[in-house]
Amino acid sequence: MELSSRQDGPLQIVAVIGSRIDAAVAIEFKDAMRAATDTPSPTVILDLSEVEFIDSSGLGAIVASMKHLGQSRSLVLAGLTPTVEKVFRLTRMDSVFGVFPTLQDALDAQAA
Amino acid sequence: MTSAPTIPEVHISVTSSEMAVRDALSKLLTALGPLDLDVEDAGTVELVMAEAMNNIVEHAYPEGDVPGPIRLACAHSDDGLHIKITDSGRPMPDGTTPVGRPTNLDVDFCDLPEGGFGWFLIQDLAKEVEYRRVDNDNQLTFRLPVGT
Repeated sequence: MELSSRQDGPLQIVAVIGSRIDAAVAIEFKDAMRAATDTPSPTVILDLSEVEFIDSSGLGAIVASMKHLGQSRSLVLAGLTPTVEKVFRLTRMDSVFGVFPTLQDALDAQAA
Repeated sequence: MTSAPTIPEVHISVTSSEMAVRDALSKLLTALGPLDLDVEDAGTVELVMAEAMNNIVEHAYPEGDVPGPIRLACAHSDDGLHIKITDSGRPMPDGTTPVGRPTNLDVDFCDLPEGGFGWFLIQDLAKEVEYRRVDNDNQLTFRLPVGT
């Protein structure tokens, strides 16, 4: 499970390199997120645009990553592909996260 | 009159593991190719099948048990895909499938759920979900209203 990370002022943008966050990689994803977000950035944007499939284990791992950041920092999701969006919508987890169709939308919302 | 595309019944068998679930999903979606499912319906199939098989890997053949077979049968008809998933692992604890209630999100930040979504997604997307213990096998059957 590979993540790439870059800093844009107070924003940290973490992109998932890979097409699946499923049961096979959920723990690995959680550990990689923990390591990647060991920064003081108040806002982390998770770019999911390469991810085509997520299951409930992957969803749980994203929730765990948000909880690990704590309430003083926020995890924002960007670039949800159709099946990923479906999982967040059906579980109503889209009401817990800031969710944006594209990375640019997420950046614009942070700049506003 | 043109008839809707159809496919022969699909049978896939793998030995229980998280990577085997990926393998089975990929084989199933390839076999369903001629149905030309749209992205929404293909997502429904992959999601429900992933959740059902992940449950088998985690609970029917838990770590420490010898991994056994997971067998899928999928038949296409007018009202969708009729699925049967069979394994020879431990039975469902209460002899039935969990109800799959939506998780409660009206909770404190630190209590937000990190699991318990799987059966909700299955029950929400699949129709006529039934579980049977037959001899030493678990049989889960349901219909996915796609490719109609």
